Amino acid sequence: MTTLSIILVLALLLVVFGLLFRLQILTSIFSGSSNREVGVSNRVNAILCLVFLVVGGAWFAWSFVENFDKMNPPIASVHGLATDKMFWGSMSILGVAFVLTQVLLFWYSYKYQHKDNRRAFFFPHNNKIEIIWTLIPAIVMAALVFAGWKEWSRITGPAPKDAVVLEIMGKQFNWLVRYPGRDQKLGMVNYRLIDATNEFGFDLSDQNGIDDFTAGEIHIPKGHPVLLRIRSRDVLHAVYMPHFRVQMYAVPGMPTKFWFTPTKTTDEMRAQTGNPAFNYELACNQICGRGHFAMKMNIIVDEPDDYVAWFAKQESFSSQNPEVLASFKQKSNKLVEKAPVAPGAAAVVTPTAAKASL
Amino acid sequence: MAANFPTQEQVQGGIGATEPGHDHAHHDEHHEQGFLSKYVFSTDHKVIAKQFLISGIFWAIIGGTLSSLFRLQLGWPESTLEWLTPLLGKWIEAGKLNPEFYLALVTMHGTIMVFFVLTAGLSGTFSNFLIPLQIGARDMASGFMNMLSYWFFFVSSVIMFASLFLETGPAAAGWTIYPPLSALPQAIPGSGAGQTLWLVSLALFIVSQLLGGVNYITTVINLRTQGMSMSKLPLTIWAFFLTAVLGLLSFPVLFSAALLLIFDRSFGTSFFLSDIYIAGQALPNTGGSPILFQHLFWFLGHPEVYIVILPAMGMVSEILATNARKPIFGYRAMIGSLLGISLLSFVVWAHHMFVTGMNPFLGSVFMFLTLIIAVPSAVKTFNWLATIWRGNIRFTTAMLFSIGFVSLFIAGGLTGIVLGNAALDIQLHNTYFVVAHFHLVMGSSAFFGLWAGVYHWFPKMFGRMMDEKLGYLHFWLTFIGVYLVFLPMHYVGIAGFPRRYYAWTGFDTFSQFADLNKFISVAAIVAFLGQFIFIFNFFYSIWRGRRATENPWNSNTLEWTTPVIPGHGNWPGDIPAVHRWPYDYSKPGAEQDFIPQNVPYSQTQSSNLPYEKEME
Repeated sequence: MTTLSIILVLALLLVVFGLLFRLQILTSIFSGSSNREVGVSNRVNAILCLVFLVVGGAWFAWSFVENFDKMNPPIASVHGLATDKMFWGSMSILGVAFVLTQVLLFWYSYKYQHKDNRRAFFFPHNNKIEIIWTLIPAIVMAALVFAGWKEWSRITGPAPKDAVVLEIMGKQFNWLVRYPGRDQKLGMVNYRLIDATNEFGFDLSDQNGIDDFTAGEIHIPKGHPVLLRIRSRDVLHAVYMPHFRVQMYAVPGMPTKFWFTPTKTTDEMRAQTGNPAFNYELACNQICGRGHFAMKMNIIVDEPDDYVAWFAKQESFSSQNPEVLASFKQKSNKLVEKAPVAPGAAAVVTPTAAKASL
Repeated sequence: MAANFPTQEQVQGGIGATEPGHDHAHHDEHHEQGFLSKYVFSTDHKVIAKQFLISGIFWAIIGGTLSSLFRLQLGWPESTLEWLTPLLGKWIEAGKLNPEFYLALVTMHGTIMVFFVLTAGLSGTFSNFLIPLQIGARDMASGFMNMLSYWFFFVSSVIMFASLFLETGPAAAGWTIYPPLSALPQAIPGSGAGQTLWLVSLALFIVSQLLGGVNYITTVINLRTQGMSMSKLPLTIWAFFLTAVLGLLSFPVLFSAALLLIFDRSFGTSFFLSDIYIAGQALPNTGGSPILFQHLFWFLGHPEVYIVILPAMGMVSEILATNARKPIFGYRAMIGSLLGISLLSFVVWAHHMFVTGMNPFLGSVFMFLTLIIAVPSAVKTFNWLATIWRGNIRFTTAMLFSIGFVSLFIAGGLTGIVLGNAALDIQLHNTYFVVAHFHLVMGSSAFFGLWAGVYHWFPKMFGRMMDEKLGYLHFWLTFIGVYLVFLPMHYVGIAGFPRRYYAWTGFDTFSQFADLNKFISVAAIVAFLGQFIFIFNFFYSIWRGRRATENPWNSNTLEWTTPVIPGHGNWPGDIPAVHRWPYDYSKPGAEQDFIPQNVPYSQTQSSNLPYEKEME
């Protein structure tokens, strides 16, 4: 019943608008305004251009200031501070260009509105002006591109040798994380070995993988370079850590990497933001299916000592899943001779071993 | 009006020698055509243009509706959408939008808007309509191929439309259909039958584009009327010509990408697939590269944004000059920048891929090339500003939309400079900053170009005028609406909100803009509803609008020398010859503030410039 009456009201409204529209056309024909080439509307539109410039500009300025804090979440990486500076630097230059051109556009529209007694200025070209306004943007672009290129080269350059290494693997729809154990070497993996237990596809016939451990959240030490080794086991994902200004695709069949240096621990950030529940978050930023919007993992930045302590407490995958290890042992007797790693042994990772990675 | 100018007949009398054979054939064509051959399987470029336009409007309504649906989800993620069940059926689950269908909505919105509205609806309409009329040709080089172009597009449309109603839903891997997501139905149901239809539809669409493009290029090169040298072409034609060249060179690459993807999906090849474990199973594919697909896709995908924007640029140049009653400033620089943009558009594609794991050195190269393309774009903007400077502006609806185009092109173009900077793209890639950027610079701008074109050439298309008052209302509502939607969207993007998210509520990092997202949704839906003013105005005016005169805007280009409703063959008599460039507006010494292209210098001695004296 309500739907019906709503439809009825809407239909009546449409009829009323239709009649008004027809009426307006008829009156304009009778008043003769439809025959004038340039009428009152021209003046109204010219004024509206100016109003749009002023009111629109004021609204833009107000909303920008109002939202400025919200659009600047805190940054916690070395390169992030640099790129953020560059971002706002570029935006300022572009902002000047934006304001200047918009003001000219709408001011000219207003100022040079049709007047019966005026004739437009015949001004087809001027090479000097053209050259000037080709060169100015070219020079500005050159400056921006050079600054960007320098920063980009630094960010994508090789990671420092002493970087803490960990591997992030994307899958529908969560992240898996793997650390090299005390040997600081990630073991081999093979996607054909993946099953419900061996989610990474550990190939434990590789010695380097015996002490590798997986984790439910990412721990990284403050102030040390961290190298993320990134891969995916099904579709594309993207490792996106907005607070660290980190983003890199996770590509099945093509491991990628990204390194950065965190500058603030989670606790420091909690104090700074006044939010005791604050957490660095890892999000997926490449469409990957139904759960794309929920692929979250927390990142904890520890003081280096805390990180070492956390690292020492982790148990290796092989020790937690002896049956997986056993299945590899059966396959190769050599392995048994070479790797007398008893369950639990990986748990006694010495703090010094972890420190070696720092 | 044209008291001192020779009448059409006098002008044509002087050039009776053009194409006598063709004319003869033309005069024989006055028999009545049947309804089918006149309106449906027509080979007349003007009818085909209208077919493209009306199909484009249909698609725009669908595309806009889809965006309203997902804006409802983004603005009010917690509330129930039960009331949409009559429309969406099983995609509403317990009052919630199905997340996979949400992805299908954004995918189809992008596909429809980019290809079906802004490529076919914009370039298809106006290239077809204006090329023969403005260069002085009877029709396209091949009317039959032109008809095929539309009907391939039509079949492609039918297939894409049908895919919306599949049980597994339409394609849902994003309009960029990156594999492996788009290759594996196990990954998302939309990658089943929906993706198959998408690929088939796009393949047919590309055939349509190529048939059209070959025709546009041939027509511009071969069928220009006497005196119409390349340096006397209106900028619209330059833009359509270069658009067709871009399409011809880049669409085949998308075709090959689509074909290889079809092979991967259906015939077990591994062009784009490698090392995949999905749905409890390790797939046998190895050695493929998903990144290869992205290279192929963006090799079309980037020129594509220029395919969308160049026609709008051309039409805006023409409309600004006409209504400011001033020559376009820097005609040659405008052509030069069109050429520069066209050339550079082929060597910037990988700026969409800075963080895909592509070699960072390549990233540097593409960053340099990308920022170079900003220079010709800036030159165009300055030239438009200089064109209205000291003009005598008439605010027709088309003029307002052209001014709006320049405003939006600046607003969206500038942020491209930030995104083209690889170091800054690390953070901004795939965030709402990108969404805001391209919706302004290629979405809204191109739409504004489209509207400007429709309002400006409507009198020549249908012999009637659109209602100006409704046009003004449409313009201001849309212009304000677009800014209200996309300016705040930058804020959301700077804060790092990822695109294609069904909801952000799971992340603390993305929790701060719930109100702003609501605001954007309201603005988007209101602006979308405002488009029905245009649709009413358009269809009402076709049958009931005020009758137009031959040249209602006092414009210089050749299409305005045709009768109010040009028949098959465009000019009833001989095709007029061309003597001058199309921008002789407000020439000092001239009687009137415009001199059409077909007026010889001998008749305008009072206004001829020194170097024009010898051409008298």
